[in-house]
Amino acid sequence: MSMEEKQNSQTFQDFNQSVLKPSTREEISEIIKLSYKKSVPLEITCLNSKKKIGRNFQTEKTIDLSKYSGIIEYKPEELYIKVKSGTPIEEIVKELDKNNQQLAFEPTDFGYLFSGKSNWGSIGGVVSCNFSGPRRFKVGSVRDHLLGFQGINGKGETIKSGGTVVKNVTGYDLCKLLSGSFGTLTVLTELSIKVLPKPETSKTLIINNPHVKKALEYLGKSLSSSVDPSGGVFYPESFEKYFTFNDLTHQGALIGIRIEGPFVSVDQRIKRLCKELDLLVNEYSVLDVEQSNIFWNKTRNLEVFSNTKKNLVRIVVPMSETLNLLQKLKNMDFSYFLDWGGSLIWLELNDISIKILNEIREITKQHKGYFTLIKVEEDMKASADIFTIDPIKYKISEKIKKSFDPKRILNPGKMYTGI
Amino acid sequence: MSSLQMPKVDNSVLSRKDKIVSDLESIIDPKNVLSHSDELRPYETDGLTAYRKMPMMVVLPETVEEVSNVLKYCNENKIKVVPRGAGTGLSGGSLPLEDCVLLAMGKFNKILEIDFTNRCVVTQPCVTNLAITHAVQDKGFYYAPDPSSQIACSIGGNVAENSGGVHSLKYGATTNNLLGIEVVLMDGTITKFGGKAMDAEGYDFLGLMTGSEGLLGVITEVTVKILRSPEVVQAALVGFPSIEDAGNCVAQIIAEGCIPAGMEIMDKALTKATNDYSKAGYPTDAEAMMIVEFDGTQHEVEAYITKVKNIAEKNNSSSLKISKSNEERLKFWAGRKAAFPACGVLAPDYMCMDGSIPRGKLAEVLNEISKLSKKYGLPVANAFHAGDGNLHPLIMFDANDKESLRKCEEFGADILKYCVKVGGALTGEHGVGIEKRELMCEAFNNRDIQQQLTIKVALDPNSLLNPGKVYPILRKCAEEGRVHVHGGKTKFPDIPRF
Repeated sequence: MSMEEKQNSQTFQDFNQSVLKPSTREEISEIIKLSYKKSVPLEITCLNSKKKIGRNFQTEKTIDLSKYSGIIEYKPEELYIKVKSGTPIEEIVKELDKNNQQLAFEPTDFGYLFSGKSNWGSIGGVVSCNFSGPRRFKVGSVRDHLLGFQGINGKGETIKSGGTVVKNVTGYDLCKLLSGSFGTLTVLTELSIKVLPKPETSKTLIINNPHVKKALEYLGKSLSSSVDPSGGVFYPESFEKYFTFNDLTHQGALIGIRIEGPFVSVDQRIKRLCKELDLLVNEYSVLDVEQSNIFWNKTRNLEVFSNTKKNLVRIVVPMSETLNLLQKLKNMDFSYFLDWGGSLIWLELNDISIKILNEIREITKQHKGYFTLIKVEEDMKASADIFTIDPIKYKISEKIKKSFDPKRILNPGKMYTGI
Repeated sequence: MSSLQMPKVDNSVLSRKDKIVSDLESIIDPKNVLSHSDELRPYETDGLTAYRKMPMMVVLPETVEEVSNVLKYCNENKIKVVPRGAGTGLSGGSLPLEDCVLLAMGKFNKILEIDFTNRCVVTQPCVTNLAITHAVQDKGFYYAPDPSSQIACSIGGNVAENSGGVHSLKYGATTNNLLGIEVVLMDGTITKFGGKAMDAEGYDFLGLMTGSEGLLGVITEVTVKILRSPEVVQAALVGFPSIEDAGNCVAQIIAEGCIPAGMEIMDKALTKATNDYSKAGYPTDAEAMMIVEFDGTQHEVEAYITKVKNIAEKNNSSSLKISKSNEERLKFWAGRKAAFPACGVLAPDYMCMDGSIPRGKLAEVLNEISKLSKKYGLPVANAFHAGDGNLHPLIMFDANDKESLRKCEEFGADILKYCVKVGGALTGEHGVGIEKRELMCEAFNNRDIQQQLTIKVALDPNSLLNPGKVYPILRKCAEEGRVHVHGGKTKFPDIPRF
C-alpha cells in the first residue's frame, strides 16, 4: 500500500462499500482520488429527487452526498448564501424565509412528479440540473444565481471559480459550465448562491377560458408590458380540477399572470394589464396573495402531473413557435401546459415509441428549440436519447469532459453515451 | 510597465510574413488584408493605451466562412491570432502580438433581426452596445447592460469580457442578458451555442464563452434579450457625514427588500472634484454621497423612494434630494459620469482600478485605501457601484516621474489584493487581459488555474488564440497594470468611463 493510499484508508475507511457517504470535502476528494487511480466509475447522488432524469448508466460505486450538508454562511445584506452541496433546498428556503429572502429562480420540486409527494432535493442537484421555475424569463435560471463554487474534479483535485460577489469577471466562468452538467464534470462541494428579497406581495391575474392561440397572444403582450410580470402560464381545460380557488369565477382553461412588488403597485399594475389586454370584467379574476402562492407552487412543482404513470417531455422553444409546434403534434395522444410565458411546454404523453419521440424531437428542432425526456417508461429508457446534441457539440463536450474528468469516472453516460 | 512578458515570438512565422499575406489574400478579399505599417498603426493598442505592439498583419473578414477559413489556416500554420472588436477594452485583451494575425471584426457591423415577439435582437458582433437600444427604443424596449463605454464598445466585445454597467444588480451583466452566440473555434469549426430559446441543454458553452476574453473562440453573431423600458425612473441624491453611515444605509436598503436599478457612492474627494467639474449640485461637505435610482411603474418607484428616504434619515443622512424630473435625474448622474475628466483636472495622470468587494466591506476597504494613500503619498478618489459591489479607485500620479508611476502601480496592486482578501474579486467588469494577469494567483491557486488552462488546451491545443492574456505566463505575482490615463487623455477621451 502506498503512502497516499494508507493515508486515504485511514481517513476514509469505507471505500469498500458500494454506497459511500462522505461527510467532509476531504473524504469526497479521497474517494475520487482512489476512484481515479483504480478507474472506478461513480454515480453522484444525494436526495434522489432527480435520479430518474438522465440516461441509465452502470457504476461500481455511488457517492451519496446527503451527509455533506449544512449552511456555511448566510449574509442577507450581501444577498448570498454559501452552503454545502448536499444541503436540502427546504433547509435553505427556511433559512432565507427568516430574512424575507428567497431563491428567485424557483427550483422545481420533482418529488411530486416521481413519487406524488414533495422531495425538493439538494442544492447540488438543483444546480447540476439547472431546471428553473416560472420566474425564469424575468430573473434568469439557476445558473444565473450561482455566484461561485468549490468542487472536486475527476482527478480528485479541489477547484473553485467565482466568489460571493455579483460582479466578477476573473477567469473563465465555470459556474455556468457546471450548472446543468448533471454531475459529469465535477462533484460540487460548496456553492455560493445569490438570493433576493421576497416581494412585498404577489397577486395573480387569471384570464378565463381562452383558446391556446388567444392565450399565447395575451402572454406575449403581458411579457412585453411595462407592468413587468414574473410568471405567465397557460393551463388547458383538462387541468381545471387542480385549480379550485375561491377567488376563481370560472372553470375551464386558464391563463395565470403573476404580478409582484410593493403593495401599492400590484393592484395598479393588474388594473393596467387588464386595460392593456382589453379584458372585460367577466373575463378575469384575481388571486390574492395566498391563493396566488399556492397557484405558483403547483405550477413550479408540476403538481398537475403528480405521480403520473405517463411520460413527460420538456420542450423549450422561442414563444413565437409554440403554437405551430403544438399544431404539428395534434395527432398524438398528449396533454400539456405552458410555462415561461409560453416558451416552456410540459408535454405528458400516453403512449410513446422511439418513432414518436424522434418525431417530436425533429419537430422541436424545426421550431428552433430543444427537448428533454424527463420521465420515460423504464424499458424505453435504455434506447431513447434523453438529451439532444449535434455532432459538433458532442465533440466539444467530449473534450470538455476530458479536461475535468479524464478517466470518465463521474456520472459516465448520464447525459450522453461516451461522456 | 512596458516590461510585461508576452509569449515568445515565433521567428519562423515572421520570416514567412510575405507568404502568409499572400495566402490570406487568397482566403479573404485582398483589400481586407493589411500589412503595411501605416495601416497597422491604428491597431497597435486598445483601451489600455499604456501597452502598444504592432501586429504582424491585420485581417478584416466579412463573413463567418472567412473567419473560419482564416482561423483554420492560422491553426494549421501555427500562427497566433488576436481577435479585436471595437478596441475599447480597458484590460488589454486585444493587445496585438508581434507575430500575430490581428482578426479585426469591424466589418461585422449589422443588426440582423429585431424580434419583438420573442423580445430579442440578433446582431453581428461589431454593432455597438448602444446601437442595440437605439434600434428598439422606438417600440419602448432597450438592452439592459450598459457599460459606460456603450456608445463605442461592441456587443461582441461585451460578450468576450462579460461587460457590466451600473445596473448589474437588478439586471445582471452581459452573461445574464445573452440568449445565443455563433462562434468560430481556432480549428475553424463554426457552431452556435444557445439561440432564441432559453437555457439550451447540454454543457453551457454560451456561459463558458462569455467572459473568456477571446481565448476560446471568435464570436460572429450574438442574440441578446431586450427588455421593456420602465415607465418611470427616479433617483435620490443623499449626503452622509461618514462612509460608515453610507455603507450602513446601503446594507439596510438591501435588507429591507429594495433592489435599486442603480446605487452609486462617491467619497468626499470625488464628490468635490466632480461637482467642481460639472456643477451637479452635490453636497460637497458630505464625507460620502450616494445616488440611488429606481425604475418601474409610478406607484412602485414612489414606494421604493419613500422607503429609501426613511432609511437614509435613520442612517444620519445630511442631505437628501429626490429628482422631480428626468432632467434633474440626469443632472444627478452628470457629475458621476464625469468622474474621469474631473480627476484629470486634479493630477497629470490617474489610474482607474476595478475591484469587486462585498457591499458591507466598503468602509473597511476605503479606510485601507486611505492608509495606503498616505503610505504611497498619492491622492486617491473613490467611486463605488454600491449595488453590485464594484469599486473604482482613481489613483492620481505623474507618469513623467518614474518613482510616482512605480508607487502608483504598487498602490493599485495593493488595493486589488485587499479586495480579494475581504472576499471580493480582482476585476468586476474590465476583465483580466494583460493588466491583471499576474495578479490571478491572488484569487486562484495553481490547481484552479490549471483546470482553466486544460479547458483552453481542449479547445485550442496549440494555444494560438489570444495567447498571453488572462493567465500568468511566469506564474508570479508581479505588480503591474491598470488603466493609465495621461493628461486626461484616454484613447477615446469622449467616452464616459466609470
